[in-house]
Amino acid sequence: MSIARFWRETPRRYNLGGSKCATCGTVSFPPRVVCPTCTHHRQSIGKMAPFQLSGEGEVESFTVVHEAAEGFEMQVPYVLALVRTPEGPVLTGQIVDVEPGEVAIGLPVRATFRKLREEGKAGVIHYGYKFSPRTEDDPAPPRGRTAPVPREAPAPERAKA
Amino acid sequence: MRDVAVLGVGQTKFGELWDRSFREIGIEAGLQALVDAKLASENLGGLFLGNMASGGLLEQEHIAPLILDYAGLAGRHLPAVRIEGGGASGGLALHQGFLAVASGLYDYVVVGGAEKLTDVPDSTASQIVSSTADHEWEVVFGATLPSLWALVARRHMHLYGTTREQLAHVAVQAHEMGSKNPNAHFRNRVTVEQVLGAAPVAEPLGVFDCAPLSDGAAAVVLGPLEGARRHTDTPIQIRASEVACDTMALHHRRDVTANDATVAAARAAFSRARRSPKDVGVAEVHDGYSISALLAVEDLGFSEKGRAGPDFASGQFALGGRVSVNPSGGLKAQGRPFGAVGVAQVVELVRQLRGDAKERQAPATDLALAHDLGGTGATAVVHLLARAG
Repeated sequence: MSIARFWRETPRRYNLGGSKCATCGTVSFPPRVVCPTCTHHRQSIGKMAPFQLSGEGEVESFTVVHEAAEGFEMQVPYVLALVRTPEGPVLTGQIVDVEPGEVAIGLPVRATFRKLREEGKAGVIHYGYKFSPRTEDDPAPPRGRTAPVPREAPAPERAKA
Repeated sequence: MRDVAVLGVGQTKFGELWDRSFREIGIEAGLQALVDAKLASENLGGLFLGNMASGGLLEQEHIAPLILDYAGLAGRHLPAVRIEGGGASGGLALHQGFLAVASGLYDYVVVGGAEKLTDVPDSTASQIVSSTADHEWEVVFGATLPSLWALVARRHMHLYGTTREQLAHVAVQAHEMGSKNPNAHFRNRVTVEQVLGAAPVAEPLGVFDCAPLSDGAAAVVLGPLEGARRHTDTPIQIRASEVACDTMALHHRRDVTANDATVAAARAAFSRARRSPKDVGVAEVHDGYSISALLAVEDLGFSEKGRAGPDFASGQFALGGRVSVNPSGGLKAQGRPFGAVGVAQVVELVRQLRGDAKERQAPATDLALAHDLGGTGATAVVHLLARAG
């Protein structure tokens, strides 16, 4: 995959940036220019505003993959899931930081920023979201960095005069 | 719009055809169909060719004129068009051929489907197959086509109590029918225990839950129903040809345990033919994965939602059952040369309706259904066929 092709999607893959329809309120991920649920869908054109997902969700279905997708060969067996977010969209992603046998439908998860795959030894490294388990009393994921990360890096603090 | 009939059929063996090239198998099926239809090539109006991925699989695009050329027809300067819709490419090509004849613009056309998956390593072929899902938002995150169908299977099991054993019956039945089909990729019978004990691909699906990567080609000749008896004693009318689409990614579906595109295409087809699912006696449905067959029979109206598992396990869809499903062996056993599948389904149904299916002949029926699907269900094609009265 060319560098530009992956790079242009980084706001979505790194930060879970989606869109919200100003007409009906439907949230889409990845973002869309036309709302897929508005009855008069043409009226939504130009009214789709940026919207950030919280990164929380629940496992709706899952599988343990033994025959890997390209670039995922070193990760088998890995868990792939459909994750339903409270904002509405369902995302496809890996479930990590848990034994495959402990994943179940209904498991609460949170997005975490991880390396997805590498294009060989000298190629581009693809990063993006995966999901790790979240518990009621400990909403922070066990390891890794929580998503969403800030849309833009915060400005460095000024040195005090 | 005028009525359209299938006048001739042709098909190669499906399987690992290492000694045969793409152009050889493409021509073989087409010429068989022309001979079967007793059609002089000067009456041919054009070629519609279903193919999923010749570029990735063969480093050859622009294949419709290639096949036409090697069929000896380049000098006639006929129109030849390739049609792509993932796994539904063959069904889509048939729809285009149907439109061409129904409109009156063309009288006779050949609709072919051809794919060669074994000229590249299995891993390359599997990647190309997975690209019929949403590459940017599924495959980049670790999904393969079987893993997405595994997500469907797990959800279906969760909601409806479907079991691994019930899914296994789909493969057992497919191999049973494959054993009766000389063109089938797999002609061996398997047991439920063998299916359950096979290596996992994406749990809960194992090797026997997944259709193989096959080479193969199929073709039909279509023409106006009026005058069809000049070509065949048993013209088979296309009573409906319908296409419907849905979201590209599985995660955007209304309900991942249903293919709404199949529901929409089937509803439109039954409405156009003024028939209902109860009238169908024999059907070829998409069983790229065992779970796909369950969704198909539910979405086509042969099973109540959630009941397809028990219905398959109790033999309701075996040969001579409530509906004889996939007498050819389906994608699972007859084989899965992607672009050829939708055309091969109709070839089988024409043989069934003519009463030419020998060992795998379903009881006589006046309505047959073909169901072709792309990806995880972004494209569905439904054809209804019947013997012309």
